[in-house]
Amino acid sequence: MLLIPCPYCGERPELEFRCGGEAHIARAADPSAVDDGAWSEFLFSRGNPKGLYAERWNHAHGCQRWFNAIRDTASDRFVESYKMGEKRPLPGGE
Amino acid sequence: MAGVNRLPRGGRIDRAKPVSISFNGQTLSGYAGDTVASLLLANGIHLVGRSFKYHRPRGILSHGSDEPNALLSIDRGPGKIDPNNRATVAEARGGLVTASQNHWPSLNFDVGAINDRLSPIFVAGFYYKTFMWPRRFWDRVYEPNIRAAAGLGKSPDGPDADRYGNRHAHCDVLVVGAGPAGLAAALAASEGGKRIILADEQAEFGGSLLHDVTSTVDGTAAQDWAAQAIAMLKARENVTLLTRTTAFGYYNHNHVAMAERITDHLENAPDHLPRERLWQVRAGAVILATGSHERPLVFADNDRPGIMLAESIRAFVNRYAVAPGRRIVIATSGASAYRAAADAHAAGLAVTVVDIRLEADCGPEVAFVRQKGIDVLTSHTVIAATGRKRVTGLIVAPLGSEGRVGARRTLAADCVGMSGGWTPSVHLFSQSRGKLRFDDAIDAFVPGQSVQAERSAGAARGSYDLADCIADGFAAGDPLTARPRLAATPSLTGFQPVRILPTDADATRVRAFVDFQNDVTAKDIGLAVREGFESVEHVKRYTTTGMATDQGKTSNMNALGLMAGIQGKALPAVGTTTFRPPYTPVTFGTLVGPAKNALFDPARITPIHGWAKEHGAEFENVGLWKRAWYFPQGRETMHEAVARECKAVREGVGIFDASTLGKIEVVGPDAAEFMNRIYINAWTKLKPGACRYGLMLKEDGFIMDDGVVARLAEDRFHVTTTTGGAARVLQHMEDYLQTEWPDLRVFLTSITEQYAVIALQGPKAREVIAPLVSDIDLSGEAFPHMTVRTGFICGVPTRLFRVSFTGELGFEINVPSDHGRAVWEAIYERGRAFGITPYGTETMHVLRAERGFIIVGQETDGTVTPDDVGLGGMIAKAKPDFVGKRSLARPDIVAAGRKQLIGLVTDDPSLVLDEGAQIIDDRHRPVPIKALGHVTSSYWSAACGRSIALALVAGGRERMGETLYVTTPDSFAAARVTAPVFFDEKGARVHA
Repeated sequence: MLLIPCPYCGERPELEFRCGGEAHIARAADPSAVDDGAWSEFLFSRGNPKGLYAERWNHAHGCQRWFNAIRDTASDRFVESYKMGEKRPLPGGE
Repeated sequence: MAGVNRLPRGGRIDRAKPVSISFNGQTLSGYAGDTVASLLLANGIHLVGRSFKYHRPRGILSHGSDEPNALLSIDRGPGKIDPNNRATVAEARGGLVTASQNHWPSLNFDVGAINDRLSPIFVAGFYYKTFMWPRRFWDRVYEPNIRAAAGLGKSPDGPDADRYGNRHAHCDVLVVGAGPAGLAAALAASEGGKRIILADEQAEFGGSLLHDVTSTVDGTAAQDWAAQAIAMLKARENVTLLTRTTAFGYYNHNHVAMAERITDHLENAPDHLPRERLWQVRAGAVILATGSHERPLVFADNDRPGIMLAESIRAFVNRYAVAPGRRIVIATSGASAYRAAADAHAAGLAVTVVDIRLEADCGPEVAFVRQKGIDVLTSHTVIAATGRKRVTGLIVAPLGSEGRVGARRTLAADCVGMSGGWTPSVHLFSQSRGKLRFDDAIDAFVPGQSVQAERSAGAARGSYDLADCIADGFAAGDPLTARPRLAATPSLTGFQPVRILPTDADATRVRAFVDFQNDVTAKDIGLAVREGFESVEHVKRYTTTGMATDQGKTSNMNALGLMAGIQGKALPAVGTTTFRPPYTPVTFGTLVGPAKNALFDPARITPIHGWAKEHGAEFENVGLWKRAWYFPQGRETMHEAVARECKAVREGVGIFDASTLGKIEVVGPDAAEFMNRIYINAWTKLKPGACRYGLMLKEDGFIMDDGVVARLAEDRFHVTTTTGGAARVLQHMEDYLQTEWPDLRVFLTSITEQYAVIALQGPKAREVIAPLVSDIDLSGEAFPHMTVRTGFICGVPTRLFRVSFTGELGFEINVPSDHGRAVWEAIYERGRAFGITPYGTETMHVLRAERGFIIVGQETDGTVTPDDVGLGGMIAKAKPDFVGKRSLARPDIVAAGRKQLIGLVTDDPSLVLDEGAQIIDDRHRPVPIKALGHVTSSYWSAACGRSIALALVAGGRERMGETLYVTTPDSFAAARVTAPVFFDEKGARVHA
């Protein structure tokens, strides 16, 4: 079971969390202005890298807050977590 | 003295505490401190089982958890019987009933042993090659027979009578293994006050020192040094000591699972203790001091009872004071077995050593034992063992230059100790995803690159010398402090790896076992490689070497070495198979722990649950909720009860527990704006006191949830959700609020558990509650359909909704949960004069289907849009955006031919279609026929006097009046397409 660093509560076991998929996928301010291709890209396309990956996590059985975390998909190591709205701290972000 | 082969002196057994156990019906005695294996050997019993495939007689190979052969069924009382217990691990205690396995009619005479004579047939891949044709034999003949013949023990068929515990623990350092390295590591690590857990699978700490009676450490006997170390650890409050505890799984982020065996060794276990306990430890650092396993030698008939690992002879003699034989031959390719020879000799047993190595390649060990008068034959090979149910001797021969085998001679023996060198126990290290490295010097894989905060120490790291192990343990436990190296007796180490002993016998007839538990011979490995299996993982699966309960602890390196030799590769190029948890078998009970029966899953019950139960309700599970399904009276069937309940609601009044509805309060200055963005409906103009049916989409445009929403004040909405969707909806709302619109000033609070909801439905509903309600004008003009009022009922504050999911005049009475049952009972009492009828979820489903109201998850399946179910009109088109709006313009969603919700009435009014049944338009079309859709809801409708159904059908709204065909279990039923409403089509009754 992973230990996930909640930026509000500290390290907690994976059981307390819910993963919300890839982070930093912005919802358009005016979705009606987005064409079909770009909209389906937004809805359905996600990265699947081997290595560092920014994900949304929700501390569902804790503080209930959403945050982002960088996880190495090969080793499951959490490099860093940060609050919603904060910039991705590492270079190499999408 | 207990047992003919019990030595008169020594051992760690307690001679003051005799115990007796039963083995195959025979009562045998031993002492406290014995394992079942040592007790059997003390009584002269070597034959303890039959092998898996060939039913060959098998004995005890080892003295620990790596045992592949001596697997017994152990019966500790009713409901407490287990198969496949390792006799070398199970502690002997009074009342234990043990039995050997895999034979018929008896251990001594086993009909299945015919397989051994037929062994040329039963080679690797026998099943794959043999049971292919004819096809119809697969499930009728082959599988039942193979299943009947397979397996070793019999699994118990009754429920497990034992209790199991579960504990989570945190520590700074977890030390696995309490041999010399582990003890040293725990001592060093715990000195500064860090929280330490030290766990060992054996009944006593000490590891290999428990059978080392000759070594000294720091000037004292090694066993005394261990005892002092244990006493020091016990005195430290920051140290938790766990014996009989096996760390069996090493998972992510230093999460280690351990099984603690608590009562199996107790004759009269106190009732309050669980049998076993699962420990889930999260450790800052882990030290793996897991020791090493001895390798058997591969020669013909090396599996005869009485042939065991050399170190095991040493353990039986020194630790258990048992003579496993009186005439012992030690066959070895390394030095450590000489210590076993010396110890057996010291116990008064006759010993001869046969060493495959050239005299020149041997170390001081040869002179060491010769000095004691022990015969040593160096440069000799073992051709074969003699004897069948017990070894009677070894046929040996000198090895000439270039491996020429000289003249055979037979050494009589009633016990043989073999040693092919050592293999570090890297299982947990490998499970931690650490990378193994091959060390040529010791012919073994050793821990290389660590991935987690972990370090191996001692023999687990390939360090076999006692003083080295202790020094390594100190360094592992506290890398920052240099400790003086403790002097210890030099261990006899070093060996020459031999994959298979040289022989002059016909290679096709030699049965030299590599994997004892799976009956895999050296020949099988060769066959697999010849047949083209190159990868070690493939050879493992094809031959089954390294599988089953022992996971190849003794056999893997020999199998790998053989493969490498045949393929002409270096051993590291062959690689090793993946180590997976569990390290040793774990009972299901330990994994399940207390989570069974009522504790398997939490049950959520409403405040009215008790009343429903007392009134005979049948319940159904909805998520974790228990919901009243229907209330049968007398001998009513479900069908009869539901028909009666439906009639009562349509004609009189029914009462229904809707407390499970999800409820969320959306509060704040921006609450209406938030609601606008989350729901497809418009909320800005909804007045306080009014309700609206709300529909919520996911971003992909498909329906996610629905429910009535009441606006209690400008800045306060009382949202209801489906029973199953409550948590999901709150999460969805929080997600958007926190991540997309953090600027909105809104709070979301779950109030599901805070309110009991009593639905009172039917033409007489108003009359029933009228005298109970205060501060609310119940008249139709003052309190119309789809409004909400606050006031009191029975003196209890209520949020009173005038809403209906049945199509009748109705109220949903929200009261604080603690008052739920009292208010329910008051309404029920008052309603008796009006024939009030409690109804359950089934009736609720029928009533809403008659009116064509959808249930999310029944009419929808995650691919259904508002327009698909005829609710497109609810979309507030003027809103610039809401979750899912953009997706409703996606090409596939605006395309023609989407499945739409329609009604179906069968030509045969008495036929109730199956929910989920497929629908086609022409039953005479050749198969395969593309289905147009499926039935989503189907019931008998008492109000309509016939069956009714809802369905999703491609282009459904264009098909009004068409006849379609619906699958039935044996044919098709014709049904006509109608609008999805069957009763009170105008919806007038709710306004009564």
